[in-house]
Order: sequence, then C-alpha cells, then structure tokens
Amino acid sequence: MGRVFLALGLLACSATNAFAGIDEAINSATAPIASFIGKVVFFKVPIGDAALPVVVLWLVVGAVFFTFYMRFINLRGFKHALQLIRGDYADPKSHGEVSHFQALATAVSGTVGIGNIGGVAVAVTVGGPGATFWLIMAGFLGMSTKFVECTLGVKYREEFEDGHVSGGPMYYLRKGFSDRGMEGFGKFIGTFYAIGIFIGALGIGNMFQSNQAYVQLNNVSGGALDGFGWLVGLILAAVVFMVIVGGIKSIARVTEKIVPFMAIFYCFFALIVIFMNSAAIPQAVANIFAGAFTGEGVAGGALGAMIIGFQRAVFSNEAGIGSASIAHSAVKTNEPVTEGVVSLLEPFIDTIIICTITALVIGTAQVAAPGFAGDALGVAMTSAAFEREFTWFPIPLAFAALLFAFSTMISWSYYGLKGWTYMFGEDERGQTIYKIIFCGFVALGCIVQLGPILDISDALVFLICVPNILGLYFLAPIVKREMESYFARVESGEIKNFRNSGS
Amino acid sequence: MKENILVALDGSECGERALGAATKNAQITDSRLFLTYVIDWSPYTFNTPEENEQRHQRRESEIQKASETIVNPKAQELRDAGLEAETVVRHGKIAETLVNLTSELDIDQIYIGKIGESRLQTMIFGSVTAALVQASSVPVTVVP
Repeated sequence: MGRVFLALGLLACSATNAFAGIDEAINSATAPIASFIGKVVFFKVPIGDAALPVVVLWLVVGAVFFTFYMRFINLRGFKHALQLIRGDYADPKSHGEVSHFQALATAVSGTVGIGNIGGVAVAVTVGGPGATFWLIMAGFLGMSTKFVECTLGVKYREEFEDGHVSGGPMYYLRKGFSDRGMEGFGKFIGTFYAIGIFIGALGIGNMFQSNQAYVQLNNVSGGALDGFGWLVGLILAAVVFMVIVGGIKSIARVTEKIVPFMAIFYCFFALIVIFMNSAAIPQAVANIFAGAFTGEGVAGGALGAMIIGFQRAVFSNEAGIGSASIAHSAVKTNEPVTEGVVSLLEPFIDTIIICTITALVIGTAQVAAPGFAGDALGVAMTSAAFEREFTWFPIPLAFAALLFAFSTMISWSYYGLKGWTYMFGEDERGQTIYKIIFCGFVALGCIVQLGPILDISDALVFLICVPNILGLYFLAPIVKREMESYFARVESGEIKNFRNSGS
Repeated sequence: MKENILVALDGSECGERALGAATKNAQITDSRLFLTYVIDWSPYTFNTPEENEQRHQRRESEIQKASETIVNPKAQELRDAGLEAETVVRHGKIAETLVNLTSELDIDQIYIGKIGESRLQTMIFGSVTAALVQASSVPVTVVP
C-alpha cells in the first residue's frame, strides 16, 4: 500500500511541471467560454453607480414572492420546525427512519462552509458593513424559497422498487411541468438542471472547496506547503475516495460529528471575540444599519451594499439553487411539507446565525482597530480578526475550514451523483465512474489553478436557479394547497403531537 | 390474574433468563407475554446524504433480522407450549422505548435482564436497567 502511494507521489511530482503547462492550455482554451457564460449569467443592469446582476434580482424577487404567497411561512413555520426537530410529531412506530433532526443536520453540513467564514469577509470588504443587513434579510427571505423547493423535492421524488429514492429539482421540474401538459419543456429543463448540478458539483462543490482548504493549510503553515498542492490534493482525494467509493462510513461519520462541533466551537469563540470588543458593538451595529440605507463609501451606495449582501447570502445558504432539495428527498416521510418546514431552519442557521456572527467579529474589529487586516481578504481577513484576541486561533480555524470543505464535498458528491443518475440511469457501474471522476477533481482542485473553469461552474450553479425558480412559480399553488391542508390537520389534531398526548 | 407482561430481550443469555422468569409467572397467572427487542437508535446523529437514502432499507433489514433471529423463534416456542405471546421490535433508546411501550400496550409489568454493560459505559451513559427502573410506571423485575 505504502509503495503504491509513493509511486503515486512520484508520478504526481513529475507531473507538477506538466500540470503547469496544462493549466495554461486549459485556461487559455476555456477563458473565452467562461467570460461569455459569465457575461450571460451575471448580466448586469446598471442602476446609477451600482450594477445589478439579473440573476440575483431573479432570486430575490422569487424569495419575496414566496414569502408573501406562503403568507410568511418563514415566520409562521418557525416554531413548528423546532417542534419537528425535537421529535414531537415523530410516531414511535416509525422510529429508525431518518429523523427530522438528521435531515436538517445533513443539509446544513452541506451548506456551512468556507462561505460562512470567508464569503462574509468579502461581502463586508466590498459592500461595507451595510451588506450584513442585506445578507440577513436575504437569509430571512431565502427561508421561504427553501421551504418551497424542499417540499417539492419530497413530493415529486422517484421511488425505485428496491426502496431507494432519487429526488430534487430535476424530478419536480420534469414531473411538475408534464402534469401541466408541458411534457417536452419539463424534460428539457429537468435535464438542463441535472447537467448544471453535475458541473456545479465538480466546481464549487468540489474543486473550489479543496482549493480553498489547501490555501488555508498553506497560509497557516507559513507557506510550508508551497508546491505541495499535489500532495494535499492526493490525500484529500484519497479520503474522499474511501468515503464515497469505498463506503468507509466511519470517516464520514467522524467528520459529520466534528463538523457541528467545529461550527459550535467557531460560534462560541466568535461570541467571545465580539464581547471582548464589547465597547465597539454599538458602533458596529450602527454601522450595519447606517450602511444598509446610505451605503457610504460603497460603489453604488445602498443599492450596491444590497446587491453584495444578497449575492453572498445565496452563495452561502444555496436557497434557490435547489441543492438542499436533493438532500431532503432522501428522507422517508408521508408529509412532504414537514421536510419543507424543517428546511426553513437552514438559511436561518447558515446565514442569520453563523454569517451574522462572522460579520460582527469583523465589524467590531474594524471599529476597534481600523485596518486591522491589512490587505487580507476572505478567510484570511476573518482569521486576522480572531487573531487580534487569540493568537493561536488561525490554526483551529484552518482545521475547521478543512473540515467544512470536506463535508461540503461529501454532500455535493451526492448532489452531483443525483444529477448523473438522472441523466444516465441508476446503474451501479455508472455511479462508480462518476465517483471516480469526482475524486479526480478533488485532487485537481489543489494541483492546478483553473480560474476560468471555476468561473464556468460558478456561473452554471447560478444559471440553474433560473429553471429551478421558474418551476417553483409554476408549482407554488400545489405547495400552498399541501401546506394549508397540513397545518389544518396539525391544528385539528389529526396529525398527532406525541409529546403532548402523553403516550 | 391475567396480565400483560413485557419481556425485554437483547439476544443475550441474560435476556433468556428474564424470559424464563417471565414465562414461569405467565404460566401461573395465564398472562400474555410481549417479547420485545429494542434496536438502539438515536434521532440525533449526523449522517451523510447517502446514509439517509439507505436508511429505510437498513431499518427494514434490522427489524427483519431481530424478528427472525431473536424474537419470533422464542415466541413460537411459547405458543407451542400453549402460552399467549406477541412480538414487538422497535428502534429507539432502550429505557425510553420500553417506558413508552408500557402505556401503548397497556403493560402491567416488565421483565428485563441485567444488561451486560461495562463499568465505563455505565459511568458515562448511566445504566439502561437503572434508567428503566427509575422511569417505569409499572413494576420492573431485573433478572441477573
């Protein structure tokens, strides 16, 4: 075994030089495509000094519409979501199936990632403190979008004879539109979505994550890993391979246990850092509100801050992309609405709690020591804000970033797989081929700097919001009917609360 | 007096001894026996999406295995001996699940073996048997 790894290492070593050449070749070949797709997907409408990407507008309008159409389900459903998580409505006879808590935890570990640590820093740098306000607002509205997409994911999933299930936007788009007599169109956008999620799974759900994990490790080790990207890449790919191909559940289980622990650890220390700067809290909060409506010093003013905030929120909580819908579809339940209600909590945890905490860490540091981070951006900026109080913090933070990246990769490998099986069928051999490709891209993410390819993947993930939300509009009346019937039955006691009934 | 007696089996000899004691009681009082096996399971774990997808099939096979290898053969033996015996297989935390079954099945008393737990386990998680005795609303007989 050791010899194999050594051989692989040598191979990769000699390949590093070759990769440099490949980098350039691929970059120059794909750059025009990337810039074209990027221009189309992120097509911007200039409003004053600000430039509003249409796709962001599309997502925000959708989220606002679903919030009103579902009569503020993001507020009304909140308490019920907590009751479901606590197991109040879980029939003891169906214990042993995936619980609501487990479904939520799985979906959350797919979205909590580098974005929560680094993405917020980018938002605050570019959009000023006011971006935080709009980030929270987008998280709040995104809760409604998540509710709709996760309910539909369960309702329209495909159940196979051996009992396994496949679901997600590709299935509800196809079935939903063909129910409305638009079979051809449904097939088209279902496949379109499947291709998008597949490429997204190789890009932002994979290469971007492994790349960022490597950059973090390299930063924290003071550049000791310079040129060893291939090694980090191979190790990461090997671990991912063991989990998704080898089926070594213990590794997955360990990370899935460490990730929530790291998230709590992160929030805990973030709160301490915030309180250590308690003198700066009022000013930092004031800056957030002032910046949200005046947008001082931000290109495009308040609107500029708003756009940045919304964009970062989508990147972070994935509401409107439809990925969480795939994760929730795997859960066996008779009531699709319950999965939708539980999924409300994902943007809440991801954006309203974790992102806001990060924003406050940075915000208070900015007030207490303007220019504390120097030129640092992204994760490095957040890291610098923590380092002011705890000099040792960058090391556990890099470790957390690595784990977040890893769990995000595991989740996205599943999303991509569902896109793949939608296109090529549920054949085992095909699935293994996909998984091996996926692992290859993990290693590639650390080895090569493929800017344009990442841009394409990035753009495609946003592009699949277009058919997804279009489908959500069409299918929203169905969700609304289900929702009203469900809550009426909860109210009447037909859906039993096992905790209150005392049994 | 005819009663509903719950016997907690765990596939060990201890469980069998508890069953033996319960059977004697049932023969005398002409009671009904509920042979119960609880599969240890918690709703608060962290899984990968793939595990979630396979969960339903795995649950079915866990229930089938527990029924076929542990609970059903014993119940058949009892029925052949002319006793009334039913079987229950559930997922959950052991003590909590048994307590819930007590009210659900209208149980009058419980027989349980002293489950083989190491000292360390008991120190960290507490003893299942002790937890059951604490929480139960009906008499519990612990068979060593």
